[in-house]
Formats: sequence, structure tokens, C-alpha cells
Amino acid sequence: MPVIEYIDAIRLAMKEEMERDSDVFVMGEDVGLKGGVFTTTKGLQLQFGEQRVLDAPLAESAIAGVAIGAAMAGMKPIAEMQYSDFMFPATNQIISEAAKIRYRSNNDWDCPIVIRAPIGGGVFGGLYHSQCPESVFFGTPGLKIVAPSTAYDAKGLLKAAIRDPDPVIFFENKKCYRLITDEVPDEDYIVPIGKANVMREGSDLTVIGYSMPLHFAMQAAEELSQEHGIEAHILDLRTIQPLDREGILEAVAKTGKVLIIHEDNKTGGIGAEVAAIIAEELLYDLDAPIRRLCGPDVPAMPINPPGEKHFLLNKEKLKTAMLELARY
Amino acid sequence: MKQAGSVQQTHRHTALGLSDERAVEMYKTMMLARRFDERGQLLQRAGKVNFHISGITQEPSQVAMGFAMDLKNDWFLPYYRDYGFVLSLGMTVKELMLSVYAKGEDPNSAGRQMPGHFGSKRLRIVTGSSPVTTQVPHATGFALAAKMRGEPSVAIVTFGDGSSNQGDFHEGCNFAGVHQLPVIFVCENNQYAISMPLEKQTRGRICDRALGYGFPGIRVDGNDPLEVYRVVSEARERAASGQGPTLIEIMTYRVTAHSTSDNDLAYRTKEEVDLHKGKDSLPVYKQYLVDAGLWSEEQEAKLQTEIRAIIDEGNEYAEKAAFQPVEDAFRYVYAEQSGEGQ
Repeated sequence: MPVIEYIDAIRLAMKEEMERDSDVFVMGEDVGLKGGVFTTTKGLQLQFGEQRVLDAPLAESAIAGVAIGAAMAGMKPIAEMQYSDFMFPATNQIISEAAKIRYRSNNDWDCPIVIRAPIGGGVFGGLYHSQCPESVFFGTPGLKIVAPSTAYDAKGLLKAAIRDPDPVIFFENKKCYRLITDEVPDEDYIVPIGKANVMREGSDLTVIGYSMPLHFAMQAAEELSQEHGIEAHILDLRTIQPLDREGILEAVAKTGKVLIIHEDNKTGGIGAEVAAIIAEELLYDLDAPIRRLCGPDVPAMPINPPGEKHFLLNKEKLKTAMLELARY
Repeated sequence: MKQAGSVQQTHRHTALGLSDERAVEMYKTMMLARRFDERGQLLQRAGKVNFHISGITQEPSQVAMGFAMDLKNDWFLPYYRDYGFVLSLGMTVKELMLSVYAKGEDPNSAGRQMPGHFGSKRLRIVTGSSPVTTQVPHATGFALAAKMRGEPSVAIVTFGDGSSNQGDFHEGCNFAGVHQLPVIFVCENNQYAISMPLEKQTRGRICDRALGYGFPGIRVDGNDPLEVYRVVSEARERAASGQGPTLIEIMTYRVTAHSTSDNDLAYRTKEEVDLHKGKDSLPVYKQYLVDAGLWSEEQEAKLQTEIRAIIDEGNEYAEKAAFQPVEDAFRYVYAEQSGEGQ
């Protein structure tokens, strides 16, 4: 099975879906000849032409709003936000429109749109090229939100998102683009939205998260296994809305100890909801208090290297937190 | 409105390609919208319904717009005062009444949305919301889809003068201009955004903004429905033949308060309102039809009786109709039939 980069998996998913369905098209800033600022759409305009790989004027609300209109007309648009930090002008279109179109029309209209937005830091992007805005959209019924951590999931989830009849926000991690490579089959497949995935089996503690920080957890888990004989059970949520309740409860029940991780800041983050689900259903099965390890509650990460490092999770931070919880 | 009173008797509507029947039908639709609107206000004042928002005096231009479009192919994105517009597109008084009463059979939203939030896929009327102007980029998106698929559709979107200040107005216009899309942007300038008169919203003319996007911007007198018909027809023709968008600013005046929740005399005078009530084009258009030999007082009396019956019937039906069961609150958050991606 070929091993490919996370970014190639995203590009391949779009290419294959555009070949499969002529209603699928990509729209965003610099997505055409340049192929996007990260090269996510590289080569697509040459293959599919200017109309289906559409360079949009620099105006995020229009990128979302025009895509929503096209989706209501029966197209399957993929709207690219250059950085998730810049998608806030489109928030009204996403929350007031895309999320509510089916509901407010009592199922008369629908909005099968995908909004792709790169999240995450560690690229010296400073405050406005590093953010994780998941919590802004999380908790908005009508939206689905996915955030893959592997190339396999990136491809399968993007295909699922494109084929989904409802609006899906696809948060791709820009640090993962070239850093993460894994096996991706040539054959067509999808990863179902709403299903978490066990990345590692273990019996001592459970780590639940999504996107890039899970790779730090995996590295930490290997070291804890070798150095301390501690086996971590690691669950990748993959979809953060709707959350896989059963998957979460099953993973926690397995060890009785849970550490929830994400790069988005702690307060009001996805982890708070995951913790609430566990507390509602499994409180008396726990052997330790629920722990969270997340970005600090500051507006965003700075560009200076020590500041960025301080903000971000890493293997060492994970290892310390996991060991402490395992020994609780 | 000027009558085409030349001896040749080429009436204005005839010169515009409107048959006598269509010219009369326009009048009937305007009057139906007026009487429906008046009833809606009455129902709110009587405590029968919770809310009404009015488009009185804007109906003649709204109806003219609808009559200029292709109901089979075009896409319609109305704003909340567009009773005349949606009635001209085929929505019925019964359906509007179901919406006013927020009943389950309301095709716009099953009574989920406030009245005036239109939507009907059957009639190609696109569902709308309350945050104003979000529909403008949607119209551009419908036009983009039509262009991509080679369909003969034109999208037409309406919004108020207040909306012309929103970013979505500029973004939607600019995108459509860049890609020369088949879309008509119609600002129904009724000179008030709730309490804010036009001079507190913009110093320039709204139609002139089209210059900045590279397509024509036309201002038209909303009290002249035949002129509105002409301008919209030409814009439609331009759009359908690949010549891109048009911005149309219909000059009108909101004679009612913003909604039944507003007291407009807190910010404007009765004299000002009365002045504009005197410019109402509904009786003027009626007189035009009478002068053209197409309408009579007998027909008028009959029409009023018919409209009264239609509204009474719709009212009675909607009042008795059931609300959507609360158990359905969780329905249609997402698609109910699992797609492959779910």
C-alpha cells in the first residue's frame, strides 16, 4: 500500500471526487494556478479547468456564501479558507446559513457544502496563522465537523464530507501536511463521519483527542511502554461533531482513567464536552479525575520560538501528564 | 405614471411586450398583496398572530419584478417585505397565511420561522434568514451554478437599503462582477432601515456602487411598475445572454412601521408618511388600466370580493390548521436518510 503525505491525501480526495462527480468543485483564494498557499490544490486547475478550480476574490464571507448558494442549487462545493484564522468573516454564513438551511426550511432545502480550513500552529505563524477555532463552530447543530490526524483519515473523511448531504467543516492540520505520512490504499474508500478510531490499544490509561496532538500522545505512549510498562489506550475522535459517544465511553471504560487533549485552548473547548459526556455516563467507573491537557487560555500563540513552544503540546508534555495519570 | 395617450393607442405595457391579460394580472396580484398585508397587520393587532412585517406601497414594483422573470428557470431570493414578489411567483395566500399563523403546513418553514422568511423549492424561492444580506452571496452562488451547468437560469435577489451597507452585499456583487454571472441585485430602497433614514446610512446613491464592480447600476422609480418591469426585463436579458450582473435600485418608501413591533412616529412625522401614502402607485396603475380600456369599476368590485374571499378562506384554514408537533423539533437538523458519507 502506498505511503503518502497527509497533504497529498487531501489533494487526492478532491481529485478523485471531482473525477467521480462533475458537481464537485473547489473555490478559494489562490487555489488555481498557484495550487493554494500550501499546494493543497496543486495541479487541479490544470486537470479540471478554471471553472471547477475557481480563484475567488479575497472575501471569505463570499467564498462561503457563494458556495452555499451553489450547494442549494445542487452543486457540491468545496470552499477553501486559506487559514482557519481568516474564516471568521464567513462565520455568519456558516452558522446562520449553512447550519440552518435544512432546519429552517423543514427539509425543503439543503446545503451539501464542505468548508476546508487549515488549523494549528508550530509553523511560526504567530497569532493569526496558527489558531484552532473549532470551539467557535462546535455546538452549532446542523454542522458536522471533522479533524483528521492521519493521511488515511484525511482522504477518507474528506470523501465522506464531499458526499455528505449536510455542511461539513473539514479542519486539516497544517503541521500534519508534510510531517504525517501513512498508508493510503489506491482503492476508493471513505471514513464514516461520526466514528472515532482506536489508534493504540492499552489498559492503563485512555487518551482522547483529535488532530496533531495525538501524534505526540503516540510517541509518548511508546516511551511509557518501554520505560515504565505503562500501556496507553489512544482514541482519535476524528469527528468532533457529532461526537462518537459510544466510542468515547468504551475507550474510557477500558482503563478508568482519561486524559483529553487538544491544541485549541482549554476553556470551552471540545474537551469540556467530552469530559461532560464521561461525567454524565461513567463517573463512578473512573479511577482518577478527568484530566485535560490543552492550549493555554491566551488569545493565540506568539511567533517567537520559546513562546510558540510554550503554547504547543509536545511529546514531553504528554508523557508527563500521562505518567502522572497512570500513577494516580 | 404617464399614460401612453397617443392617438395610435400603443400602450406602454404593449410596447414592453406585456399582453393586456398580463398587465391586468399584475394589477390583481398587487391588490392581492396589499389586501393580504393589511389583513396580516389586522391579525397581529387583534392578537391572533404574534408578528407581521409589511411591504405596503412596495408591492407594485415587487409584482413587476416577478412578472419580468422566467418562473420555470430562474432563482428567486426575496427579502422579508416581498409579499408582492412571492405572490407573483406562485405562492398562494393560503400558504402565506399558514406562515403568518406559524402552522405546520406552512411550506416556507412549517411555522419555524417568522413570517416574511420565504422559501419554496417548488417555486424556486430560496429559503432566507433574518441576518440581512446573507442572501446576496447565495444569489451569486445560484448564478455560478447556472453558469457552470450551462443552465438558462438567472438569479434575482432583493434586499433593503440598510442591507446595502453589509459586507455580504459588496462581496456578493464583486464576485458576480469578476465572473460575469447571471444575477440581478435589487435594492428595494424604502428609505428606512428601521428608524435610520437613508442619509444616516449612505451619502451616495446605492445604484452607483455597481460602477465599482464593473456592471450597470440603474435607479428606477418604484411607483412606476411598468418602468420597473422594463428595467428588470432588460437586466434579465443581459444576464441570460452572458453579459453579467445588474444592480437595480428601486426607489420606494416604507409607509408602515418597520414591523408590528415598531412605533415609527418616534422617529418620523405623520406628515412625511402621508406625503408618500399620497404617491401610492396602486390606484395610479389601476387608472392606467382603466384609461387603456382594460379595467372597470365593475371588475374592481368583483376583484375586491374575490380577494376578500381568498383571504378569508386562507385565514380560516390557517387559523384552524395544526402547529408542527413539538416532537418534530429534532427533525431535519441533518438529513434523515443516511448518505454514504454518514
